[in-house]
Amino acid sequence: MAKQWKPAPSRPSPETWTGIVGWLRINLFSSPANTLLTILGAGLLLAIIPPMVRWGVFDAVWLGDSRAVCDSSAAAGNGGACWVFVKVRLDMFLYGFYPEPERWRIDLMFTVLGFSLIPLLAPDFFRTGRSQALVGGCGVAVVFLLFGALPAVFMIGYTFAPFLFERVSLWHTPQQIQAGKRSAAATGAIGVFAVVAAVYWSVRLAGVETAALPVSLSAGVLSLCLLFFGRLGLLVWRWIFLFCVFSVFAFFMLVGGILGLPEVETHYWGGLFLTLVVAGTGMGTALPVSILLALGRRSELPVVKTLCVSFIEFVRGVPLVSVLFMASVMFPLFLPENVTFDKLLRALIGVAFFYAAYMAEVIRGGLQAIPKGQYEAAKALGWTYWKMMGLIIMPQTLRLVIPGLANNFLSLLKDTTLVAVIGLLDLLGIAKAAMADSEWLGFTKEAYVFAGVVFWIFCFGISRYSVRLEKKYHTNYQ
Amino acid sequence: MHIRAAAGLWFRGVRRHLGNDQRQQQNTSSKMADTDKKSARDREEIIAISHLNKWFGDFHVLKDINMTVAKGEKVVVCGPSGSGKSTLIRCINRLETHQEGKIFVNGIELTNDVKRIDQVRREVGMLFQNFNLFPHMTVLENLTVSPVWIRKMPLAQARELAFQYLERVKIPDLAHKYPNQCSGGQQQRIAIARCLCMNPKVMLFDEPTSALDPEMIKEVLDVMTDLAKSGMTMICVTHEMGFARTVADRVVFMDGGEIVEENDPENFFTNPQYDRTVTFLSQVIAH
Repeated sequence: MAKQWKPAPSRPSPETWTGIVGWLRINLFSSPANTLLTILGAGLLLAIIPPMVRWGVFDAVWLGDSRAVCDSSAAAGNGGACWVFVKVRLDMFLYGFYPEPERWRIDLMFTVLGFSLIPLLAPDFFRTGRSQALVGGCGVAVVFLLFGALPAVFMIGYTFAPFLFERVSLWHTPQQIQAGKRSAAATGAIGVFAVVAAVYWSVRLAGVETAALPVSLSAGVLSLCLLFFGRLGLLVWRWIFLFCVFSVFAFFMLVGGILGLPEVETHYWGGLFLTLVVAGTGMGTALPVSILLALGRRSELPVVKTLCVSFIEFVRGVPLVSVLFMASVMFPLFLPENVTFDKLLRALIGVAFFYAAYMAEVIRGGLQAIPKGQYEAAKALGWTYWKMMGLIIMPQTLRLVIPGLANNFLSLLKDTTLVAVIGLLDLLGIAKAAMADSEWLGFTKEAYVFAGVVFWIFCFGISRYSVRLEKKYHTNYQ
Repeated sequence: MHIRAAAGLWFRGVRRHLGNDQRQQQNTSSKMADTDKKSARDREEIIAISHLNKWFGDFHVLKDINMTVAKGEKVVVCGPSGSGKSTLIRCINRLETHQEGKIFVNGIELTNDVKRIDQVRREVGMLFQNFNLFPHMTVLENLTVSPVWIRKMPLAQARELAFQYLERVKIPDLAHKYPNQCSGGQQQRIAIARCLCMNPKVMLFDEPTSALDPEMIKEVLDVMTDLAKSGMTMICVTHEMGFARTVADRVVFMDGGEIVEENDPENFFTNPQYDRTVTFLSQVIAH
């Protein structure tokens, strides 16, 4: 008869190694040299931070609406900042030269964007259809109160249509098409064409000719997704709507020229709004393009591979400024006389493709970290290339490269300031223009600090969000 | 033709088999009858490999392999490392391409035709040494994602099926865990359940227990034995000689890319024909 074995009980860790005291001991005062460094560091912080806070907050002038306030404060020997300068020009910093009566359109666009991003960026909190409907309902109410009935009608359609699409994709015909029935697929293709044509002509007949093509195309993409990629979750539908519907809506809201909205040409655009437009479209385009480029670069097909490699290497070999110059100065030279592309559009394409090349390399790095066994397991289960990439490989890859992608998103956001070289005034450009105003000479510090703080807020937001994503996916596995 | 296949052929300029595909497909049955006339009457062949040769660069990995596996048969492939046994079973679902010879699975010949490869892969399940579960999905998702996306099964039905097989491998309580929260033995059993969810006709095992702690090997072998009893066709590369002795209908011994000998387990272990087999067995069974 063997003896019974009992595992020894665990004891708690010694007290000097835990709690605040333990933390201090281990991290700040672990040796005489480290203690000295800690004291020096604390001294440095004490020397730097209080004067900055005094300048920016306590000695600063916050109230008033003219230069006289700032001058009198300075004459009184007060060395602080004068935020009145920023306050007076806040609208300019936010909207650039966008005509004042039309600025509500920008507000509306960002309100809709904000409400559609809430469930997408925090999917854990808005997993259920009911919670998404709640956010959508709030969005509709806010839009109705601030902007009136017509925008609210759009908002209702935009937030609640995904529910409908999710249901319809489970109907008989879409199921048949997804099951690979050829006759059903043919019907589906005809259906998509019918939808595109019907939307096109009805929009034309409604007298909104310029919108006909984009609206019908987006309807076409939606119906394609509906019929050929069934079983998409509610949040996936929301992403599709963001890319297909919201982009068209935002375009016509900002540019105008339809439904009685006056057209606002892009050279009036500016300020934070322009920065966000460039950064948002840049991120939204660069990520999908970069995924395709990364896959292309690892493709076994020599033509595809060569194309992707040459594109990536070419773009990585030139600075963004030169890409923007090319887009604004050289590109029009190659076009026929009567064809013109908007300058902002060219800059957007330049920024997006520039960053797509960089992000493609980040994603390729992630792809290389996926064990060969994952591909083999998927293939052995009968997965075809695109499905395998979309559902097995890419989700793992993107999780691995979150820090790298966040890096690129951040630098994209900050590099939007480079559009200044082709004459577009983003937030920093507007700030510089404001400094040059003869009425307000001498407020460079305030302008730069304001622009810096705004950029910092957005960048810090992206950075924290990426950390959150990393943590979320890290706890799941590993 | 499948777009990717067409593009692949076009870009690579690979023209092999292109003209012959149709004819070969029709002749399959008569050819197989020729190669193995006697047994063709009483056994239905599901895998037929003839004159299979494969090279990795200049290295001749598989040398003129001829082998057939009948429906419901359990074949154990053993041999020293580097003998080509893994490569052989990876050829059966085209994870490796072969240069010469023919492989028929369930009457479908494996060629460059992507559509056929997919057909074969849907019938053939495979287990790996490192399990290769999808780490970003829960166990349940691992089991349901393939039936739903590849077999177009409704999600509810796929879930039901998944629980049925989890029950069979005795770990239904792990359904909502992530693979990396499970032990090696559990992961391999989940991998078996994942294969079964695709309802394969043949299962290939590529050293399913060699990455496991000794304490976990048994639980996996138990599931495999259970599977064998249910009549699944199995080809199993393994060093578990006890498993080979009790479960296999036939043991194939490979070395240097060749099949040295194949026999029923009783004769294989007690009466090996070649000196190479004797040395191998003395090495494996000694401890």
